[in-house]
Amino acid sequence: MERPPLGLPAPPAGQGPHPAGSPGAPPSASPAGRRRILTAYLFLLPALALLATFTFYPVIFGTALSLFEYNIISPPRFVGLGNFRRLAADRYFWIALGNSVRYLAVVPVLQGCAILLALWVHRSARGIGWLRAAYYLPVVTSIVVVGILWRWLYDDAGLINFVLLRLGLARGPIHWLASPGIALYAVMFVTLWKGLGYYMVIYLVGLEAIPPGYAEAAAIDGAGALQRLWRVTLPLLRPSILLAATLSAISALRVFEEVYVMTGGGPVYATYTMFYYMFDQAFGALHMGYAAALGVVLAVVTIGLSMLSFRLLREGGLSYY
Amino acid sequence: MRSGSARLRQVAAAAQYAGLGLLAVGTTFPFVWLLATSLRSTGTVVSFPPVLIPHPPTLANYAGIWATMPLARFFANTVYITGVGIVLTVVVSALAGYPLARMRFPGRDAIFYAIVGSLMLPQHVGLILNFVTLMRLHMVDTYAAVYLPSAASVFGIFLLRQAYLTIPAEIEDAARIDGAGEFRLWGQIMLPLVAPALATLAIIEFSGYWNSFLWPLIVLKSPEKFPLAVGLLYLSGLFAYNTRYIAAGAVLMTLPTIVVFLALQRYFLRGITIGAVK
Repeated sequence: MERPPLGLPAPPAGQGPHPAGSPGAPPSASPAGRRRILTAYLFLLPALALLATFTFYPVIFGTALSLFEYNIISPPRFVGLGNFRRLAADRYFWIALGNSVRYLAVVPVLQGCAILLALWVHRSARGIGWLRAAYYLPVVTSIVVVGILWRWLYDDAGLINFVLLRLGLARGPIHWLASPGIALYAVMFVTLWKGLGYYMVIYLVGLEAIPPGYAEAAAIDGAGALQRLWRVTLPLLRPSILLAATLSAISALRVFEEVYVMTGGGPVYATYTMFYYMFDQAFGALHMGYAAALGVVLAVVTIGLSMLSFRLLREGGLSYY
Repeated sequence: MRSGSARLRQVAAAAQYAGLGLLAVGTTFPFVWLLATSLRSTGTVVSFPPVLIPHPPTLANYAGIWATMPLARFFANTVYITGVGIVLTVVVSALAGYPLARMRFPGRDAIFYAIVGSLMLPQHVGLILNFVTLMRLHMVDTYAAVYLPSAASVFGIFLLRQAYLTIPAEIEDAARIDGAGEFRLWGQIMLPLVAPALATLAIIEFSGYWNSFLWPLIVLKSPEKFPLAVGLLYLSGLFAYNTRYIAAGAVLMTLPTIVVFLALQRYFLRGITIGAVK
C-alpha cells in the first residue's frame, strides 16, 4: 500500500474502478484499459495545458531568460552571467534588495500578534464569531482600497496625525509616507493590518488540532498559564508557525502591491523593493532578461530563507512529545 | 483570598475583552470612516476634525462617480472577469480533481505531485514570460489575458480531489453496475456530491478575482477594460482632489466582498483550513 500523499487520509478501501481484464494486470493491457487512460487524461487536459503554459513553461524559461538580453522586439541574445554581473554593480539593485530584506521585519511582529490574537479568540463565547469576522475584514478587502484608505489615514492632515496632535504626542504632523526613514515601516504596518486576520485563522486551525489533554495534564502538574503557553501550546503549534512564518516571509520578500498603491517606491527609493524593480524593468523598460535576473535573485533569497525556517522550526508539533 | 483571585480573573477577562474590542475597532473603523466620507456633501477625507456622521448624508458622490467617471464600466469589467474566472476555475478543478482521486492510470501520482509541487515554484519569475506569451498570442489588453493564467488553480484541484476521495465506493459501484460511462458517472453522480467543495472554491475564487490587481495592471492597457482595482487607482490618481468620489468608488468596490464574506464566512474559513492543512 502506498503512503497517502501529504499526510492525507488514505482513499477509502476498494476505491477506484478495477481495470477490466485479469486482476493485477496493468490497466493498459486491454483496449478498455487504454480507453480508461485516455479518459483520465481528457479530464486532466485543461488543467495540464493551462499549468504548462502559464506556470511551468514561464518559470523554467523565465529562469533561463536571466542569461539573455531580451527586449521583446529583437530576438534574445545570450549574455551568460552578464545580467548578474551588471546587477552586482547596480546600486538600485542593492537598494531594492536591502528594502525587501528589511521588509522581513514585519514577519515576527505579524506572527506574534496573530498567535496572541488566535489564543485570545480560541474560545466559544458570545460574540466571538463577530470579533473574528471583524479581524478578517481587511483580508477580503482589495489592496487598492486598503492602500488608498491608508494613504488618507497617513496624510499630513489625516486622521492619525489628527489624533497624535490632539493627544499632544507629536508637535507637528508626521510625514508617514513622505519621510524616507519612516515610509517603509508605515507600509509594513498596513501589511500587518491587512494580514492579521488571515494568519489568525491559520493559528486557530492549528489550535483546534491540539488535543486539550496536554494543557490539562500540565495544569494538574501545577504549571501556570504562562508556562502552559510556553512549554505546551507553542511547541505543539510549531507546524502552524512554520507554515505561517514561511508564507509570510515569502510574501514580505515579494512585497509590491502595498508599495505600488501607497508610495510608488518613494520617497527617494525608500520603499523600492525587489519586486518593484523587477516590475519596472520588465514592464516599464522592457529589459526582460535583466528583470528575469532580478527575479532569479529574489527566488534564490526566498528559497534560502524557506530552507532556513524549515531548519529552525521543523521539530515540534505532536512529535515534540 | 479565594474571592480575591476570582475577582482578579474577572478583571483579566474584562481587560482581554476590552483589548479584543479595541482591536476590532482598529480593523473595522477605517471602513466606517470610508463610508462616512463617501456620504458627505462637502469637505475632503482629510479634514480636521474627522467627520464620522455626515449630516445630512447624501448619495450624491455615488451618483457623481457613477455618472461622470467610467465607474460603471469598471464595475461591469470586474463582474465579467470575476464571473468567467470563477466558472473556468471551478470547471477545470472539477475535471482535474476527478481522475486524480478516483481513477488508476500510469502517471497519476507524478502528475499530482507536479501540480502540488508547482506551489513551490517562484511564480514571480513566470510573470515576465506570461506577458511575452500573451503578447505572442495577441492577447495583451484582452479580458482573457486577465483570467486565463489563473484559471487552473492548484488549490482548487487539490480541494476537489479531496472532495472526490470522500465519496464512498459503493455509490460508484452501483452506478457502474447500472452501466454508466465515465463521463456520465462524473457528471450525474460525482459532481452533485462534491457541490459543497465547488461552492467553497467559487466563493474563495470570488474574492481572488474580484480583488486581483497586479496581473490586470500588467496586461491591460486601455482604461475601458480596467477592473475596479486598477480603475480605482487610476481614478484616484486623476482626481486626487475629489476624495469623496474616490471614497464612494472604494465603498462600491468593497461592499460585494464584505457582503459575500459575512454571508458565507463558513466557506472562507473552510478554504483557509484546507490551505493550512495542505
